[in-house]
Amino acid sequence: MRTNDAAARRYGFGDALKNFLISNSVPIIFILLSAAAIPLSGFSAAYLIQEMFTRLARNSFLVLSLLIPIMAGMGLNFGMVLGAMAGQIGLILVTDWSVVGIPGLVLASLISMPIAALLGYVCGSVLNRAKGREMVTSYILGFFVNGIYQFVVLYVIGIRGMLKIPFTNAEIRIPVTNPQLVLSRGYGVRNAINLTGLRHALDNALQYDFHGGTAAAPFSINVPLSTYIVIAAFCLFILWFRRTKLGQDMRAVGQDMAIADSSGIAVERTRIIAIVMSTMLAAFGQIIFLQNIGTMNTYNSHDQTGMFSIAALLIGGATVSKASIANVFVGVALFHLMFVVSPMAGKELIGQAQLGEYFRVFVSYGIIAVALVLHAWKRNQARERERRGLRGEA
Amino acid sequence: MGGYIKKFIENAGWPRIIIGLFLISLYVAAPFVNVRVLSSLSDTLVRVGMNGVLVLAMVPMVQSGCGLNFGLPLGIIAGLLGATVSLQFEARGLPGFGFAMLVAIPIAAVLGFMYAQILNRVKGEEMMIATYVGFSSVAVTCMAWLLLPFDSPVMIWAYGGSGLRTTISTEGFWRHVLSNFLSFGEEGGTFYFPTGMFIFFFIMIFLVWAFFRTKTGTAITAVGSNPEFARASGINVNRMRTISVMFSTVLGALGILVYEQSFGFIQLYMGPLYMAFPAVAAILLGGASVNKATMVNVIVGTFLFQGILTMTPSVINSLLQSDMSEVIRIIVSNGMILYALTRKTQVKR
Repeated sequence: MRTNDAAARRYGFGDALKNFLISNSVPIIFILLSAAAIPLSGFSAAYLIQEMFTRLARNSFLVLSLLIPIMAGMGLNFGMVLGAMAGQIGLILVTDWSVVGIPGLVLASLISMPIAALLGYVCGSVLNRAKGREMVTSYILGFFVNGIYQFVVLYVIGIRGMLKIPFTNAEIRIPVTNPQLVLSRGYGVRNAINLTGLRHALDNALQYDFHGGTAAAPFSINVPLSTYIVIAAFCLFILWFRRTKLGQDMRAVGQDMAIADSSGIAVERTRIIAIVMSTMLAAFGQIIFLQNIGTMNTYNSHDQTGMFSIAALLIGGATVSKASIANVFVGVALFHLMFVVSPMAGKELIGQAQLGEYFRVFVSYGIIAVALVLHAWKRNQARERERRGLRGEA
Repeated sequence: MGGYIKKFIENAGWPRIIIGLFLISLYVAAPFVNVRVLSSLSDTLVRVGMNGVLVLAMVPMVQSGCGLNFGLPLGIIAGLLGATVSLQFEARGLPGFGFAMLVAIPIAAVLGFMYAQILNRVKGEEMMIATYVGFSSVAVTCMAWLLLPFDSPVMIWAYGGSGLRTTISTEGFWRHVLSNFLSFGEEGGTFYFPTGMFIFFFIMIFLVWAFFRTKTGTAITAVGSNPEFARASGINVNRMRTISVMFSTVLGALGILVYEQSFGFIQLYMGPLYMAFPAVAAILLGGASVNKATMVNVIVGTFLFQGILTMTPSVINSLLQSDMSEVIRIIVSNGMILYALTRKTQVKR
């Protein structure tokens, strides 16, 4: 922002405004899109505000977990689904043991943290072998670990897990004893798990009901304060972390690996730490997400986590190399506003809700594509300029 | 001898050898668990023919240094447009299939050209961007399938009367026109060999092989192996890359048509979304790397990959009484891609 102010002093207000519009073009476009779609959808303001409060609480933590790898120059961490899977394993076990409420959530987090740390370490090590193509590698790694996750929840967990193979060792065969969790065919974890005891455990710990409107049209908006406190604490943590030695190291690595290396920073170690932190936070984020939803699709709850979180962050105005906390909240709000509004708007506009549905899928994929293209394009142009500089006067 | 084996392992790479041995053991185990080897072999061959051209579509882009073509859905969409248009005009039999191809090729060329313009601006980041360009184009065409003015009763939803169905049968149009051309045995019998599909597959392989021996083809390979050197020798790098991307996209369009005539259904909407991944995994399994691929890689890779896909459900299921094939497919295909991405090929360049 400081550069913007300096620019304002030198070039005047008009240029500063132009600069602001250009650098925030993505969120502005989405604000305009929503402004057009909201009246079409016919939703009331109170409904939309309630939805936004719920969805911000539900998704912000997941999106925040993306910030640290961006700081370390590793791009968008598509490998955050690894963390989501770790979080789900914690939730499965806690549900099996029937631990409910806040203790259940804490226990689930405690179980998932070491798993997430291990997965994060693996992910970080793999990414160190694929410098320069971290994103596509972490993306494929997500699919790969999804295979292993499915293997675990289908064939390892369960009363008769690892069925006809002579694995009887209780330490290998995680014994899930609660019959509610096991599929009728005798192996694997059920498709949809009802997180009854954990549902809204964090949201309801401390909440605030806001009443307003006129006597004729009253409305009330429920705000899950406790979840917001956790999210705020995490934001403070990030702000603090940026100032620590490790945070500064990460930024140095993100700027230029070679220079960071020659100034004595352990580059590969720092990168692994960034991914481990992101994965662990994503595990916690997924637990917050699912306690709000209340049911868990064992086999595909995590599928879309990465894409939706990344799309939300980019809509908030972040790029592959630069993202702030403000981007997260603006992005989640705008992305989910569109999420809520677009099917209804599509129905009103063309008579097909399905069309709005596809539009929203298109926006999620398209925004990631555009952000990646712009980033790579800018970088290539900078590289080209540098080359031209070396060439001297032609 | 020991040195020879060591060299072979080094060349082929551990994952490939493990998967090859796994496939051989599946074939060996098959008779013991009452799986008929001959019919599983013909199943494998049918699937090789179905997917071969889609795998081949990887080659031009890999050779020109654009990386693995994760944007294959773009070509597939062109193929789907050709297929739906041919059904709309009630084109039947081999001529109908040819008509579908004739419609698909120019669409694929145009889409490929636009796709290449994007990829030329993002050198070094092609693969991730290709993935998301593919995904977003699938989402755009989802909207198009709802809105395009098709009105053939075999294709649109029976109720409502607008918008195409998610799956459309090619029965009565050009289902199996290639597969049954000069084929041996009968479908569902002990042994069936879809000769026509293989003739087409090998014609395509020959065309690609011959193309890479022309002047343009050699220039493309040069761009792929060393863009700086290619530029210094007067090759227009971006133009070569554009040609290769268009070629890949056209092959993708033809590939999906071959796939559909054998499968018997056209899958619209989200159907093409993940279709690039099996093709990418297959060519890598065949020994290709991120920047080099040969015809042998295509044939060996398609056979190995499709072999595993056909053999695991039948053999593993009768062995373990549980359907592990999906999990094995996910782990094998993504493991293969991951292996290729993390191999330090950059050093050699």
